[in-house]
Amino acid sequence: MISRLSAIAFNTFREAVRDRVLYNLVLFVLLLLATAPLFGQISIGLERIILINVGLSAISLFGIVIAIFVGIGLVAKEMDKKTLYTILSRPVRRWEFIAGKYFGLMMTLVVNAAFMAGGFYLALLINARGLQRADVGLLIAIYFTILQFFVMTSITLLFSSFSTPIFSALFAFSLFVIGTFAEDLRNFAAMSHGVTRWLVTGAAYLVPNFSALNVISQVAHDAPVSGTLVLWNSVYAVLYSLTTLAAAALIFERRNLK
Amino acid sequence: MAALEIQGLAKTYSSGFWHATRKVALQPLHLNVEEGETFGFLGPNGAGKTTTLKLLMGIVFPTAGSARILGHDFHDPEIKKQVGFLPEQPYFYDYLNASELLDYYARLSGVSREQRHKKIPALLETVGLGEAGRVPLRKFSKGMLQRVGIAQAIVHDPRIVFLDEPMSGLDPIGRREIRELIVNLKREGRTVFFSTHILSDAEALCDRVGIIHKGLLRGIGVIENLKSKIADTSEVVWRGTDALATVSDLLTQSHVTGEVVCGVISGQNQDLLLERLRHQGAHLISVTPIHGTLEDYFLEHTSEQETITT
Repeated sequence: MISRLSAIAFNTFREAVRDRVLYNLVLFVLLLLATAPLFGQISIGLERIILINVGLSAISLFGIVIAIFVGIGLVAKEMDKKTLYTILSRPVRRWEFIAGKYFGLMMTLVVNAAFMAGGFYLALLINARGLQRADVGLLIAIYFTILQFFVMTSITLLFSSFSTPIFSALFAFSLFVIGTFAEDLRNFAAMSHGVTRWLVTGAAYLVPNFSALNVISQVAHDAPVSGTLVLWNSVYAVLYSLTTLAAAALIFERRNLK
Repeated sequence: MAALEIQGLAKTYSSGFWHATRKVALQPLHLNVEEGETFGFLGPNGAGKTTTLKLLMGIVFPTAGSARILGHDFHDPEIKKQVGFLPEQPYFYDYLNASELLDYYARLSGVSREQRHKKIPALLETVGLGEAGRVPLRKFSKGMLQRVGIAQAIVHDPRIVFLDEPMSGLDPIGRREIRELIVNLKREGRTVFFSTHILSDAEALCDRVGIIHKGLLRGIGVIENLKSKIADTSEVVWRGTDALATVSDLLTQSHVTGEVVCGVISGQNQDLLLERLRHQGAHLISVTPIHGTLEDYFLEHTSEQETITT
């Protein structure tokens, strides 16, 4: 099982690399390095905050875009081109295919994020002419961003297990936007009454809570992130991803592949 | 032992918003293929050949029935270690080269790293791609893709190989190459089940064939037996036009050239015709049996349904 999962995951990663998905890194690093000296001219003391905000948000945005646009094609492409036929005619369970694809895209996103983080720290180094002790804390924000990728990739796979790529992209992007405002939705639920309260609360807990996984502005202002939040966010992301992946596998298990 | 036992496998596709439109792709199919046999599954386009293969490979789910491959339920993933499959007009990951592709599929089938390193170069040689192992698949011709397709189907040394239209779209040289590969599979003792609508390929390769049309199996058997079921006719030539009037009711066709008459007669009437000709004092020149071909059998069984439905 492990061998089959790793074979599918590695092949997915290899496809992303050879299809030049990681070329976005070059764009990201060039953009950051080119603009880093400009931040110094904005305002003394603010340039670091702005650079952290821009840099970390870009890591998150680039990753989410890849998660959605590569993710929607993971199953659909294999079905369209019928490569799935030669996979399912082997001792590969359908859930193994879904899980392998998930890990392959996650591998791509983690490598992508790692390179971007390197570029980001380089920009920080150029801008501040040295790194501060507090900059290590920025890694927590990057870690949370990777947790967002875990959740987003599972959501994209869920949609692509039963829907067309266009609808999958639309659904996944909508959920990302709603999930970014999940805390506001929960606050709104708390203020509501009756059936509305139940409905909004249900929706608020069903959508992925991306706002809890975003501590960019917190770390940009050197505010500490508690160990408890790190733990709960990790548990939340793993459980949410597992549940979503299980749903994707369940749907895919019953699907007739025409 | 039967390598493949299909017991009433059937498939109906539903479409439309309420799944109200139903299309029968395969009517209950019963079929056995013995181990080591090369079996041709013949039928025109849309007959149900690919549906049958998709059902057996677990790509679509049957509406009814079941099947056993090498004695195991066809849904059992473990039995797929013994199964090879080449889909119709296959597409393979074009960002890989042939060696990488075979390595990927071999890993999925549980072949160890050591065996893969040993087997893949040898297999590429076997399918005539020894020099092209490192060439990206996007640069492969259709014939080369088909050969790499057969290689992926046997990279894990399966006992039974399913090939869906392996010769379709190939030029005569490509077809001959694939034909030779199938002969090799048979020589190695593997069971080969292949679908085709090219009858000459089936005649050249198969021990037995099954003919499917509109989702229903129309005939099955050894090719020679099937051909013998085609209306057995003979061509009879004699001298003496006077006798023609007395035997014309027995002839299906006749042609007169001067004093010589050439008539076509069904096998069952042959003795009667010869007796009447003797009575009339006609001079018999020749009696030549006309053999039915697989094409005749195929056309008879695939046009029959057209008559029923129209």
